[in-house]
Amino acid sequence: MKMSGSQAIVEALKREGVKTIFGIPGGAIMPVYDVLYDEKEIRHILMRHEQCAAHAADAYARVTGGPGVCMATSGPGATNLVTGIATAYMDSSPVIAITGQVPTSLIGKDAFQETDIIGITTPITKYNYQVRSVRDIPRIVKEAFYIATAGRPGPVLIDLPKDMQTGVDDIDFDVDVEIRGYRPNLDPHPLQVKRAVDLLVEAERPIILAGGGIHWSNAYGELLRLAELLMAPVVTTFMGKGVIPENHPLCLGCIGMHGRVEANKSIMMADVVLAVGVRFSDRSTGKVDEFCTEAKIIHIDIDPSEIRKNVSVHLPIVADAKRALNAIIDELTRRGLKREKSEWLKRVETLKKEYADTEPKGELTGANAVKVLRKVLPENAIVATEVGQNQMWASLHFKVLKPRTFISSGGLGTMGFGFPASLGAKAARPDVPVVDIAGDGSFLMTEQDLATSVTEDLPVIVMVLNNSSLGMVAQWQRLFFGRRYSHTDLKGIPDFARLAEAFGARGVRVHSLNELEQVLKEAVRADVTVVIDVPIPREENVLPFVPPGKSLREMII
Amino acid sequence: MAEHILAALVEHKPGVLYRVSNMFRRRNFNIESITVGVSEVKDLARMTITVRGDELTVEQVIKQLQKLVDVIKVSRLNPDRSVVRELALIKIHTSDSKAKGDVVNYANIFRGRIVDVSRDSMIVEITGSPDKIDAFVELMRSYGIKELARTGVVAMSRGLKSLKVEE
Repeated sequence: MKMSGSQAIVEALKREGVKTIFGIPGGAIMPVYDVLYDEKEIRHILMRHEQCAAHAADAYARVTGGPGVCMATSGPGATNLVTGIATAYMDSSPVIAITGQVPTSLIGKDAFQETDIIGITTPITKYNYQVRSVRDIPRIVKEAFYIATAGRPGPVLIDLPKDMQTGVDDIDFDVDVEIRGYRPNLDPHPLQVKRAVDLLVEAERPIILAGGGIHWSNAYGELLRLAELLMAPVVTTFMGKGVIPENHPLCLGCIGMHGRVEANKSIMMADVVLAVGVRFSDRSTGKVDEFCTEAKIIHIDIDPSEIRKNVSVHLPIVADAKRALNAIIDELTRRGLKREKSEWLKRVETLKKEYADTEPKGELTGANAVKVLRKVLPENAIVATEVGQNQMWASLHFKVLKPRTFISSGGLGTMGFGFPASLGAKAARPDVPVVDIAGDGSFLMTEQDLATSVTEDLPVIVMVLNNSSLGMVAQWQRLFFGRRYSHTDLKGIPDFARLAEAFGARGVRVHSLNELEQVLKEAVRADVTVVIDVPIPREENVLPFVPPGKSLREMII
Repeated sequence: MAEHILAALVEHKPGVLYRVSNMFRRRNFNIESITVGVSEVKDLARMTITVRGDELTVEQVIKQLQKLVDVIKVSRLNPDRSVVRELALIKIHTSDSKAKGDVVNYANIFRGRIVDVSRDSMIVEITGSPDKIDAFVELMRSYGIKELARTGVVAMSRGLKSLKVEE
């Protein structure tokens, strides 16, 4: 079929099932945008900053479990994507980023808006492509989607020089993808599965540590079945939040620096840790030399390089989480194991009771606001967070009840992520309420996309926990730097309610927990974006807290 | 820390060396040397990489290499059962005939070859294990080395064991 590169890329995207693109046009990507002008099957959402386009695509991917696509022009458009791509890379999210590039004849000449986006994104993508022949476009797009989604997901970038967009050639979409350098191992080794079951059967104090890999492998049911079969408590990493309903009796919540007390205490007492789809990040393990030193660790991950990268494990299983868990369940069933409630589980339940969340009442605080939000929202509502105290209060006190309803930048910790992520989530799931749990510092980093929210009909709720500070940094200054609040005072600027109104959204400032609850209830029903400014005390700390470099045993409670 | 030799078959296309060297830099691995050239398969290049590190590090290096989409296969060579070679060109200051004679003698002992002679310098081409080249270079220092170029290591397992892409 004779067509231009621009037509080919749009057609190839459609063949991959792309329904939504988040992007901003610019000089070097205009031919593709010209094709999008007539496009009926793909919804293009015009963002107001490329970083937001990448975050929105990332959230779209996390909510749907499939790829999310963003698009930008060359040079500054492409570099603005970088923070979003790095965020997706750290959290293993299948983002496809498409960038314009100067014509091939100008590459290397420092042409206007030229940047080496291949060089820049090599360490933060699973792979990247620069199109050098129009005919290659169908193959490259197919490969890009395969690499982004197969095995451990991650972002892939396609750089499109302008002459590759305008060039016309005979395009064949019927291409086979054969990537000899990327063949993830999906099936667990049977012997390793037997050994894992041996360990689990003999364990007196087993625990399951579940991570983000459960999301990407869609192994929710298997995780739950295995936990119930073993009667083993389940803790999660921050990225694993929501892989098991957090109101399930066996779920103890997140471990880590701001993990729940019962979760941190329990994992440190376990004798066998079944870790699935986790990478043992420093924020999860605390001082790594003292992490579960008494326990035997079984580590299931699809990425072989995660095995023994951070923590030495007794039994590695390189496989897809769903298949590995199924194999373990089968072997356990074959051996006829069905555990009763053990002494261990009773101990864990006692801990859980001891540290259970209290009802929100009294002062308007960050922690209370998050608890009220949970009370108001339906189970299927999606929550995105910014980064910092707001995020950790959400982690501690917002119980996630359904898969893929909690979206947060865990690995990179990108301030400004939450709001554009909420827009991406809303684009993917217009049928459910979407809330950004924000801080005043974070929200101000990407707040310009209120314009997107209003003009693209993506109504979300932004709950700004406003302590007029870069709160998490201020907390560290309070605890470790002798209250020397170096450059963390944001001086109460701006007036978020009026800012929202300026964008055509609704803005409200609340003064009490009751008022917050009322406003949230109305906001959930509203068909416009609502920004709720929630003033909270400056000195409120996120607790518990494992100080940096300390073991999970050394929590400040 | 011990030195390890890795051989890798990689896609023979632009940018692959960048991806490999970039990964080493970003993961904080130390490359002693890296060489790239064609392999027995048309569209595959072969890299020989010498790294320093403990057992865990070299295990991570291999896994991180394998993780790169353009890297098809990686194998760790056992130094005792491999042929390990490097080539060096050394331009030596030889102002008098005694120096010239010495260099020729030493080159013969090391099975090197004189590949260029001028009024006051000679170039020796020498091939062998890196240790052997080190020893020769050390000997030449007293005469004065004007220029030194080494290729870095290439290596191959002896006998039947070979680095191949499974079909």
